[in-house]
Amino acid sequence: MKKLSLILVSFIFILEIAYANTYATDPKIFIKELVSDAINKLSDKDISEEEKKNFIANVAIENVDINALSLYTLGELRKSTDKNSLENYQKAFKRYFLKSLTSRLSDYSSNKFEIIDAEKKNSNYTIVKSKIIATDNQPEIKIDWRVYTKNPEKPLIRDLIVEGLSLARTQKEEFSSILNSNNNDINILISKLEEFSSS
Amino acid sequence: MEFKKLHLIICSIFLVFSVNANAQSDKECFEKVSRGIFKFNQGFDNVILEPVAKGYNKLPEPVRKGTSNFTSNIATLLSIPNHLLQGEIRLAGHATGSFLINTTVGVLGLGNPASLMGLENQKEDLGQTLGAYGVGGGCYFVLPFLGPTTVRDTVGMVVDNNYLDPFARITWHEREIKSISGTKIDYVGVKAITAVDFRGDNMTNFESLEKNSIDLYAATKSLYLQNRKNKISNSSENEDDWGNLDN
Repeated sequence: MKKLSLILVSFIFILEIAYANTYATDPKIFIKELVSDAINKLSDKDISEEEKKNFIANVAIENVDINALSLYTLGELRKSTDKNSLENYQKAFKRYFLKSLTSRLSDYSSNKFEIIDAEKKNSNYTIVKSKIIATDNQPEIKIDWRVYTKNPEKPLIRDLIVEGLSLARTQKEEFSSILNSNNNDINILISKLEEFSSS
Repeated sequence: MEFKKLHLIICSIFLVFSVNANAQSDKECFEKVSRGIFKFNQGFDNVILEPVAKGYNKLPEPVRKGTSNFTSNIATLLSIPNHLLQGEIRLAGHATGSFLINTTVGVLGLGNPASLMGLENQKEDLGQTLGAYGVGGGCYFVLPFLGPTTVRDTVGMVVDNNYLDPFARITWHEREIKSISGTKIDYVGVKAITAVDFRGDNMTNFESLEKNSIDLYAATKSLYLQNRKNKISNSSENEDDWGNLDN
């Protein structure tokens, strides 16, 4: 009986993970499902902080183009950086990104979210327009999602544009400032990212 | 009179510098000093602005909405000449209509009936007007209390204050226009309320930015420059600079 319960529980757990990582391929529905799922999980008081973090990490790994984002934020330096350093940077970036994403999503998880429209830019990109509904303490916030659709079967998020301000570009310029003031030493940037992740 | 001449000379020098500097505002004028001023501003925010804004956010929603409408209505006075300078006659008409209706029907701008009538009230200043004429931002720096800016935007702010903004002319410069008069305290008061309202509206955004930045100075600079670019082009469309990252 115990074995059966264990199998059943494991089965449900696997199903839940599989469900969490599978969203629609239409960019508009993809964002809608993903964000509703994330907001529901983050605002669920019965789930522990650790579980929430793991959930966001799994969803982000599956649905955000973290690899491309890490290369974009590195700017031109990505072309001249050796393979080993680039790998170290990408590992550090992934940890940094997942921590900062969880924190950002938690900040807005109590708000209501609405998809407005989607605009196909070209075969590679669709911009999904959405908004966080105004509350007593916060005005309405417009959020555009840059969705990479080169593989139509597997859309991936590449950027969040909050009120016209690109988070990817902001991150790129932040990294560029650190690199510029440290002779383009990628190791300094890696250590800053690691410092953030472990804080 | 001499002071006016000096203003004009300084503004002209700044403008020439700004045009030569082209649109590359990511260049710093004096980064070390700016970072120092940025830290000072952060201290001011932590000790004064943020606590005041937190208190302000506890006020009933209609009070905050009314305050926001009031400061926004005053700012419309500066938008009107700048719309005209940009040749945006329709928007100048909207802004004028919005100011007149909100000041009268909306009781000194506390209400915003003009928006219900479909009148747009897009904020414009001379920095944006110069940008619309193709004047580059020039280098970037940070001002005490006022925050991030560029050479172009600072010149714009000085000219706005001295010549284009009727509210500044009446209050800061204490000039009487059509028997309406004011004092410097009125000017500083309205600007302070505008800052508190903005800070209160963006409480979560500021906290999130502060928590998730590894170089807050650079992140703020990027956000300021992106925002100004969007305002100049009157669009929130982001240019695609992603290139090919697939390899």
